Amino acid sequence: MARELTKEKLLELYRLLVLAREYELLLSDVSKQGKLPGWIHSALGQEAAGVAAGACLERDDYLVPAHRTRPSQIAKGMDLKLLTAEIYGKVTGLSKGRGGEMHICDPGCRILGSGGIVGQVVPIALGIAYAIKYRGGKEVVLCDFGEGATNTGVFHESMNMAALWRLPLIFFCENNQYAEFTRVDHHISVKDVATRASAYGIPGTIVDGNHVTATYQAVAEAMDRARAGDGPTFIEAVTYRWSGHFEGDPAKYRSPEEVEEWKKRDAIPRFRDELVHKGILNDDLVREIEASVKRQIEEAVRFAEQSPLPTMAQTLTDVYA
Amino acid sequence: MAEMNFRWAITYAMQEEMERDENVFLIGEDVGKPGGAFGMSRGLFDRFGEWRVRDTPISEEAFMGLAAGAALVGLRPIVEIMFMDFIMVAMEPLCNQAAKFRYAYGGAVKVPMVVRALYGAGWGAAAHHSQSLEAWFVHCPGLKVVAPSGAYDAKGLLKASIRDDNPVVFLEHKLLLPVKEEVPEQEYLVPLGRAAIKREGSDVSIVAWGWQVQEALRAAAQLAEEGIQAEVVDLRSLSPLDEETILNSVRKTGRLVVVQEAPAPCGFASEVICLVSEKAMEYLDAPPKRVTAFFAPMPSGPLEKYIIPQQDDIISGVQEVCR
Ligand SMILES: Cc1ncc(C[n+]2csc(CCOP(=O)(O)OP(=O)(O)O)c2C)c(N)n1
Repeated sequence: MARELTKEKLLELYRLLVLAREYELLLSDVSKQGKLPGWIHSALGQEAAGVAAGACLERDDYLVPAHRTRPSQIAKGMDLKLLTAEIYGKVTGLSKGRGGEMHICDPGCRILGSGGIVGQVVPIALGIAYAIKYRGGKEVVLCDFGEGATNTGVFHESMNMAALWRLPLIFFCENNQYAEFTRVDHHISVKDVATRASAYGIPGTIVDGNHVTATYQAVAEAMDRARAGDGPTFIEAVTYRWSGHFEGDPAKYRSPEEVEEWKKRDAIPRFRDELVHKGILNDDLVREIEASVKRQIEEAVRFAEQSPLPTMAQTLTDVYA
Repeated sequence: MAEMNFRWAITYAMQEEMERDENVFLIGEDVGKPGGAFGMSRGLFDRFGEWRVRDTPISEEAFMGLAAGAALVGLRPIVEIMFMDFIMVAMEPLCNQAAKFRYAYGGAVKVPMVVRALYGAGWGAAAHHSQSLEAWFVHCPGLKVVAPSGAYDAKGLLKASIRDDNPVVFLEHKLLLPVKEEVPEQEYLVPLGRAAIKREGSDVSIVAWGWQVQEALRAAAQLAEEGIQAEVVDLRSLSPLDEETILNSVRKTGRLVVVQEAPAPCGFASEVICLVSEKAMEYLDAPPKRVTAFFAPMPSGPLEKYIIPQQDDIISGVQEVCR
C-alpha cells in the first residue's frame, strides 16, 4: 500500500537527499586533496535511490549495504561522525579505522554485512532474513547493491532460496548503468534487470531511481509484502552515477553528452520543485536545510580530523572473538 | 560409558546443543528428512523441524553466506558440507566474509558458526570426493580448524565448536564414521586448541590429526615390536594450535615425524616442522620428516593407495629418522 507522506516526512526526505549529495561532494573533494587513506566509490548522482530505500526502513529493519551505498546508510540513520572517522581511517570510526569505505558496519543501526566482494552481500542479507523468520520476527531486510552484482552466481542462488522460503527480503538493485567501466548492455543479457526476478517467481519492479518518492513507495510496497509473509521483492531503481567508478577514474568509457543527459534528471531540483509547488518548501527553508546539512558535515569532518589514527596495538585486535 | 561410533557422536553432539540452545540450527544438502548423505543428522528433522534442520538447494556458496549472515544476528548455524571437496565453491563467503567480519568491522560483531566438512580418502571416490583441505583454512585469519580422530573427541570438540563465537571448520574423516570408542553418558566438552598424547613413547614423536592418528597408532604398535617407542600426538585442533604439547613431546623424544593425508607443499605438516625448527631445533637428534600424499590429484578406486600415506610409509618414515 502506498504510504501517506506527511509534510514532515517529505521535508526529511529532502534533507536526507541534500545531505547525501553534499556528503558525496565533500568526499570527492577531500579525496582529490589526498586527505583519505583509501578509495571512494562515489554515489554522486544516484543518491535518491539509496535515500528512499534507507529512509523507508524502520529502526528495527536491517540494511545490508554494498560499496556505493552511503546514501542508504545515512538515511537509515548511520552516525555521520563515526562514518566519516572511518573513511578518514581514524580509530574512532565505526570499524576502528581498519574497515575503510567498504567495510562499514553499524549493528546498533542494524546496518551489517557490507564488503568489497561484489555480490557477496546478497547471501548475507539472505541469512539475516532467514534469522528473522526463524525467530518469528516482523523485521525486513533490504539489500542494496548494483546491477553488476546480479551477474554473480550467488545472487541467483540467493534469489532462489529467498523465494523458496518466502523470506522477508528486498533485493534493491541500483542500476546506475555501469559496472566499473562496462555499460549495462554489455554485461547483462536482458534489457530490464528486474526481469531476472521472474525466474524465481519473485515480483520485479522497475522504478525511477532519481525520483525519491516513487522509489520510496516501491520500497514501502515491498516491505508490506515482506511483513505480510509474502516473501521477497526485487526492485530495480534506474539511475546513473555521475562520477567515475572510483574517485579519480576519468571515465573515458562514456560520452560527456550522456552524463549531461542524465544530469538533467537530477533528483534534487526535481524534488525541490515538486515540494515548492506543493507549498511545502520555499527559498528560506531550502537555505536553512542547506545550512544545517553543511554544519552537520563540518562537524563530522572536524570529529574525523581531530581523531587519532589507530596505533599498531589497536590494529592487531579482534581477529577472534 | 558406552561404545559409540563417530557418526553418532556427531549426531548426538548436534542434538544436545540444539536442545540446549534454540539459536543452533543445521543447514546443508539433504540434512533434513533424509538425515544427511552420511546419516549424520538422522532423527534431527523430526525432533527440531524444518527451520532448524534446513535442507538446501545445491547452492553451497549462498548457504555458506546465509550462515554467516544468520550468525551476524545471533544464530549459531552448523553448515554441513557433504564432501569437503565441495567447499571450494563456498570459499568466498567462508574465508572472505565469515572469517573477516569481526576484524574488518573493528570487533563490532561475532560470527559463531561451524562448518562440518566430510573429508579424506579411503572410499576410492577419486579427484572430487576425497580431499583433505585443512591447510587452506588454517592459512585464513579468523577461522578455527578442528579435526578429531575418534568419537570421544568428536563429540566434545563439536559441542565446544558450536559454543565458540568464531567460525570453526570442523573436519570429519569419512573412514572414521563407523569407528567406535567409549563415550561418557554425561555431558563433556573438549576445548579447542589442546592436543592430546594418544600413545606415550620416548624415541620419536609422530604428530597427526584426524584419520591419520588411527594410522599412526597402528604404525606405533608395530614399531614397538621392533623396539621403537613412538609417541603419538593428536593435534585435535590445527588452529589454534597447541604448540606446547608438540614442543614438549619433541623435547622428550628428539625426533619428529608429521603425517598428513594432503600433499606436502604448504601443508600443515610443514607448519609443525617449522614450529619445531624455530622453537626446539636444539632438541632434534635427526632431521624431521613429513609423511604426506604424493603431489597429485586423487585417482579412483584402489589406486588411491598409491597416493595417500599408508601405514608402511609412516613406519619407514619413523625408521628413517630413528636410524
Ligand atoms: C567478485 C568481484 N569481482 C570484481 C570486483 C571489482 N569491482 C568492484 S566494483 C565493480 C562493479 C560493480 O558494479 P555494480 O554491482 O553495478 O555496482 P556499482 O559499482 O555500479 O555501484 C567491480 C567489477 C569486485 N570487487 N568483486
